[in-house]
Amino acid sequence: MTMNTKSGNPVISLKGVSKWYGDFQALKDINLTINLKEKIVICGPSGSGKSTLIRCLNRLEAHQEGEIHVSGIELHETMKDVDIVRRDIGMVFQNFNLFPHLTVLENCMAGPNWVRGIDKDEAKERAVAMLKQVKIPEQADKYPDQLSGGQQQRVAIARSLCMQPKVMLFDEPTSALDPEMVSEVLDTMVELANSGMTMICVTHEMGFARQVADRIIFMADGEIVEQNTPDEFFNNPQSDRTKTFLDQILI
Amino acid sequence: MFVDTVIEDKSLHKPAFLLGLSIAVLAFFFTFNFTDTIFGEFLSPVIGNPEESGFFGRLVVSFVLAIIFVLNLLLISFAKLKIQILIVWIELFFLFLAFAYSFDLELAYIFIGEPSKIWLMISKGLFTTIYISAVSIAIATAIAIVGAIAKLSNNGFAYAIASFYTSLFRGLPLLLQIYLIYMGLPQLGFMIDAIPSGIAALSLCYGAYMTEIFRAGIQSIPKGQWEASRALGFKFGLILRKIILPQSIPIIVPPTGNQFIAMLKDSSLVSVLGIWELMFMAKKIGSKDFNNLEMLLTAAMIYWALTIILEIIQARIERKYQQKA
Ligand SMILES: Nc1ncnc2c1ncn2[C@@H]1O[C@H](COP(=O)(O)OP(=O)(O)O)[C@@H](O)[C@H]1O
Ligand SMILES: [Mg+2]
Repeated sequence: MTMNTKSGNPVISLKGVSKWYGDFQALKDINLTINLKEKIVICGPSGSGKSTLIRCLNRLEAHQEGEIHVSGIELHETMKDVDIVRRDIGMVFQNFNLFPHLTVLENCMAGPNWVRGIDKDEAKERAVAMLKQVKIPEQADKYPDQLSGGQQQRVAIARSLCMQPKVMLFDEPTSALDPEMVSEVLDTMVELANSGMTMICVTHEMGFARQVADRIIFMADGEIVEQNTPDEFFNNPQSDRTKTFLDQILI
Repeated sequence: MFVDTVIEDKSLHKPAFLLGLSIAVLAFFFTFNFTDTIFGEFLSPVIGNPEESGFFGRLVVSFVLAIIFVLNLLLISFAKLKIQILIVWIELFFLFLAFAYSFDLELAYIFIGEPSKIWLMISKGLFTTIYISAVSIAIATAIAIVGAIAKLSNNGFAYAIASFYTSLFRGLPLLLQIYLIYMGLPQLGFMIDAIPSGIAALSLCYGAYMTEIFRAGIQSIPKGQWEASRALGFKFGLILRKIILPQSIPIIVPPTGNQFIAMLKDSSLVSVLGIWELMFMAKKIGSKDFNNLEMLLTAAMIYWALTIILEIIQARIERKYQQKA
């Protein structure tokens, strides 16, 4: 877990990636390499393409130009093994997207049991362990809508972790939460970061970014405008757009 | 439905409303002169011979009827909700019986004969109706699942076939479909019996309607459910089976129940092929002795009873899924 392993061990790489929705270009020539165990925070104004970018990483969205490699596998239209890539990339959504007809435990067992072919007992054991890790083992038999937003998001994190992913993607995981529940989710994410998980988080929680990020990426209009260490990013922003953004968000 | 926590005064308990209602009801009974009915006879001690009672008789009859009607409403309004519903049901049912009774029927007719006519209806007609409906419902459900998936797929062939199918079978009258299948298939060299043609027509027609119900049910599940499943590496079939369909069931069940009920009654249309189901039996037995109405009414009551049973089952299923949601 030294800085050495973090550099020069890319799990994800993007070369000249562009994406259009119809005529509208949402990503413009993105170049980015993310190393094993690195923690990246992506921020930027609404509509700047943050979600689009991380959704391209597990191919929930298709890019039209450039190359994206995940664990050495290129993501493209005719790939046969997209599910193999997806199993290794956990994703946490703004709106949790838990399966409402399954209990918390069943939500967590579904992935390992149905797609990894792990038998029920082991999947359950794993689910219970992950629910402990996110500190809600006692909610295992409830249905998602019986939980608070913060609890639901922690279940969503546990559900992803049960797949034992190499990389975790977070798309504004605290934006849909009531203010008093934000910290419980952030705490979970900090712990996860400390355990050495490779994480890419779209978030505007700058405290979190300062605490765990190795790199902060600032996006605007589908472009990476600036990327830097938290210290440099906050104390010495390079572009005017970054300064404006920071002024707005750090009030 | 949302019930407000603030109880408004019942309008029935407001004198002005009650008075207005009474006048309206009085006017109704007066306009549709009831003097010649059983009520006039009943009141003959007061009004004398109903036919000669004239304006006075008409007024008395309508007055008495209006008072009975309004008093009835008022009394029921004090009962608890469930009891209200029960009483009104019973009263409407008796009104219906009175309506049927006024046909001057020979009700004993359906019980005579060896075996009795009603037993023939139930043992043969009802059995055939249930058999045809049940098989058609099963096939239609299977068609609907496949059709809905095809309509939601990106496969051009699948979409084209499915949408042509739903368009055609929702676009033709069921009766016409029955004839086309029964008389058309033999032209192509497929000999087909009456019952299989009837089942084929019902399944295809209702399969088309249910395809749309299932499609809408599947589409109503938020996109996030697909995305979360995809992100976990689930394949299409797995997502549909384990994530989407289970969540669409509560949405699909009520309209599907309606389709089942409608199909049960539309199965009467296959009587044109000479299949011995309820409708055919009713017409055949009744016309022999010129007791058409007795037999049709018997069939009507059997259909109604079946429908009530289906409605109860539907309500049970709906309740089960509501509890879970
Ligand atoms: N499915 C879509 N169809 C068309 N335009 C889209 C779609 N998704 C996103 N966009 C557009 O792409 C841009 C980037 O969106 P997004 O990645 O969601 O931004 P962010 O997450 O940074 O707020 C926005 O202008 C948005 O309107
Ligand atoms: Mg977004």
